[in-house]
Amino acid sequence: MNTTGTAPATEGSQQTWLPMLEVATREVFELMLSSKLTTPETVSEGTLDITAMVGLAGQLCGVMSIRCTRKSALLMASKMLGVEPANVGPDMCDAFGEICNMVAGNFKNKIPGLGDSCMLSVPTVITGDDYSMHSPKNSAAVELRLLFDNAPVVISLQVDS
Amino acid sequence: MDAIRALIVDDSSVMRKIVERSLRQAGIELSKVFEAGNGAEALTILAEDSVELILCDINMPIMDGLEFLKALPSVENAKNVPVVMITTEGSEAHVVQAISLGARGYIRKPFTPDQVKEHVIPLLGVKA
Repeated sequence: MNTTGTAPATEGSQQTWLPMLEVATREVFELMLSSKLTTPETVSEGTLDITAMVGLAGQLCGVMSIRCTRKSALLMASKMLGVEPANVGPDMCDAFGEICNMVAGNFKNKIPGLGDSCMLSVPTVITGDDYSMHSPKNSAAVELRLLFDNAPVVISLQVDS
Repeated sequence: MDAIRALIVDDSSVMRKIVERSLRQAGIELSKVFEAGNGAEALTILAEDSVELILCDINMPIMDGLEFLKALPSVENAKNVPVVMITTEGSEAHVVQAISLGARGYIRKPFTPDQVKEHVIPLLGVKA
């Protein structure tokens, strides 16, 4: 996945949002998947071929996304549903989208004043990695890299306003 | 406690399954679980079947959870059925709005089975 038009978020918003994004993400994985995310020692993504996205509108406009491998998304769905990965079937995308939805909701509810003034879209899931995201100029991004079952998970918040 | 009939309203089939599992983990015996993907589908179900408990998301296509709450009093079968919202929309304004429209409880996603138990059991009039 490539991105255009996006610059790193300002140092101030990075300092404020990144820790909240990490807490929001870890809480979702711990409460809904009974899984602890770990912090990678080195950055090695490989091919992340599934992306879940949730739009944010209102006081904070932008997109929250989570990227990982399909194998990881399948494992997430199996943990969420309490079934073996082989029995997840078509629920994989639904579960992965819901994880992104909960991370976005949990994140915005942690920012004072944002809970009431920022709405979330229903989630969208994209499979494959050969695509580009084009954001408005001057949009900013906060990115968090964690490991789920030793596989990379990238959580991004692109902010347009 | 007698087994109850519950309606779970969420546009995610995965979340509907998780909510059902959480109810069972809370010790609630379910004789029948109806599922709806949005408020309009839920109203259609309630026009024909009665339930003792409704758990409802807010952000859904076609008819969201707040619109569903507004429409619920017009359904004879469901006038006095307790509704618990389970949603990512956890703002104070949403909670106030949902409660003012008749919701009896509000659970924020992500949630634990214990939170479901804490909010639902008192509505069913049994000891936790």
